[in-house]
Amino acid sequence: MRVLGWIYLGALFGFIFLPVATLVLFSFQESRLPVPPFDGPTLKWYAQVLADRGLVEALVNSLLVALISSALALLLGLCAAQGLSRVILPGSALMRGVLIAPLTVSYLIIALGLLSVFNAVGVRPSLMATGIGHVVINLPLCFAILFAAMGDHQKNAEQAARDLGASEWQIMALVTAPMLKPALLAAYFLSVTFSWDEFIIAFLLTRFDVTLPVEIWSMLRSGLSPATNAIGSLVFLVSIAVLIVLEVTVFRKARS
Amino acid sequence: MIGSGPSTGPGLSPANMSIERHERRYGLALALPALGWTVAFFLLPFIVMLVLSFAHLEGREVVQGFDTGNYQRIFTEPSLLKGIRVSLEITLVVTILSVILAWPLAWIIAMQVPPRWQRLALMLAVLPFWTSYVVRSYSWALVLGESGVMMQALIGIGALDAPVQIMATRAATIIGFVHFFVMLLTLTIYSNLVQLSPNYARAAADLGASGWATLRLIIIPLTLPGIMTGAFLTFVLCIGDYITPQILGGNNELTMPQLIMLQLGRRGDFPMASALSIVLMALVTLAYAATARWLKMDRL
Repeated sequence: MRVLGWIYLGALFGFIFLPVATLVLFSFQESRLPVPPFDGPTLKWYAQVLADRGLVEALVNSLLVALISSALALLLGLCAAQGLSRVILPGSALMRGVLIAPLTVSYLIIALGLLSVFNAVGVRPSLMATGIGHVVINLPLCFAILFAAMGDHQKNAEQAARDLGASEWQIMALVTAPMLKPALLAAYFLSVTFSWDEFIIAFLLTRFDVTLPVEIWSMLRSGLSPATNAIGSLVFLVSIAVLIVLEVTVFRKARS
Repeated sequence: MIGSGPSTGPGLSPANMSIERHERRYGLALALPALGWTVAFFLLPFIVMLVLSFAHLEGREVVQGFDTGNYQRIFTEPSLLKGIRVSLEITLVVTILSVILAWPLAWIIAMQVPPRWQRLALMLAVLPFWTSYVVRSYSWALVLGESGVMMQALIGIGALDAPVQIMATRAATIIGFVHFFVMLLTLTIYSNLVQLSPNYARAAADLGASGWATLRLIIIPLTLPGIMTGAFLTFVLCIGDYITPQILGGNNELTMPQLIMLQLGRRGDFPMASALSIVLMALVTLAYAATARWLKMDRL
């Protein structure tokens, strides 16, 4: 029975890793097609990818959109969670429902709705429009994570600070934010990840300045190429590096 | 929430009431920016889309009105009706297959892998999450293509004489989806499994249940919340995804998101694209209604 378990584990890990391993292996392919037989290794595709102005620009665009839109989503989410967890307002449940609602709607539909509105009022497709869309998808996430993290002992600490004469902004900056640090970090990095990797909103709401997933998508149109493998492997490598750094520094500390 | 802050003090002196009013105004003021954002960039666009879905196209002009023609076409025109069927079939197969594959994996990681290695095993199980979504679908195209790794390996060991076409078929779409959602479901089911007390299984064994009966009658029912949360997420993400069917499934049979994109791209038919989106949302709402009693979305 236990042996069967290990075999199953191995088989599923094989299935899970097969495409990623193939992707990385054939990014080192010498010839022009990333299919067997493997005839590398070479780094020439990485050199080509890093020399590609369009790709590097798209990467910078993606980073900007991800970092800024996530910061805004986090700020809006934090304020809303703070406001709605502190007092029971008439319609609190409805407001929470409205804030969470975008989570259950496909990105494609959110993008289409925004595109219709932007068309109607004459806003042109741009990185800004994409960023607005990314705040829409990440705000519910930030709100839900922060709302769940706000417990009674935090409210008591805030109350104590208030009784001692702290202003609301002091309370937010000196009591609430430090107490919520793990949740804030988790919400922020999750948002950055989602925004960084988001395709359909960026595809419909950008035109000339595109983000990385959109740029990769347009590379796919020319078929299989080790260059696409190389950029995919680079994204993977960077994500893993960030993940390891976070795991070792922020979250390990937060848990202990 | 009750029992904290001054708002619930026993005596409603004028001072208390004014503090309470102040608190409420402050709470509302904090929530307003986020609510405003969601209303302006989510609810309003949704209403615009709903209104648009009752418009129609004349030439390239959108003519507003109350015209149910788009919806009638969706449910009568074979190509559109087929899109709904294809999307539902793919989504249901993917959801069921992913649960069947992910449950044992989550169980093995939770019960058989030594505790100190569990976190590592789980992180490895979801490692490919960290490639970009577009690239992940592309990687499956590398694996499944006629000259790809899998076909070459199968021919190499003599299991096949000639490559079989998987790319640009429904099978490729399903494989790509299952790969992604097995990772997702392993997470939700694992987090459910580790919260279960081992006493349930011990009690069942004491009462004479076999291992299989314990699993079937005790453990699996207790993981239903994890299964259903994951299954609902799978349904929502799968039925609304454009990338995977477009890269792996090709254009032979179109899913609803592909049809929506086709309406936008070919003729700029926003009304029809909106109507299809509304139908897509209705399907998600049905899935929500079916799984709602197990979902803990608010505890995310």
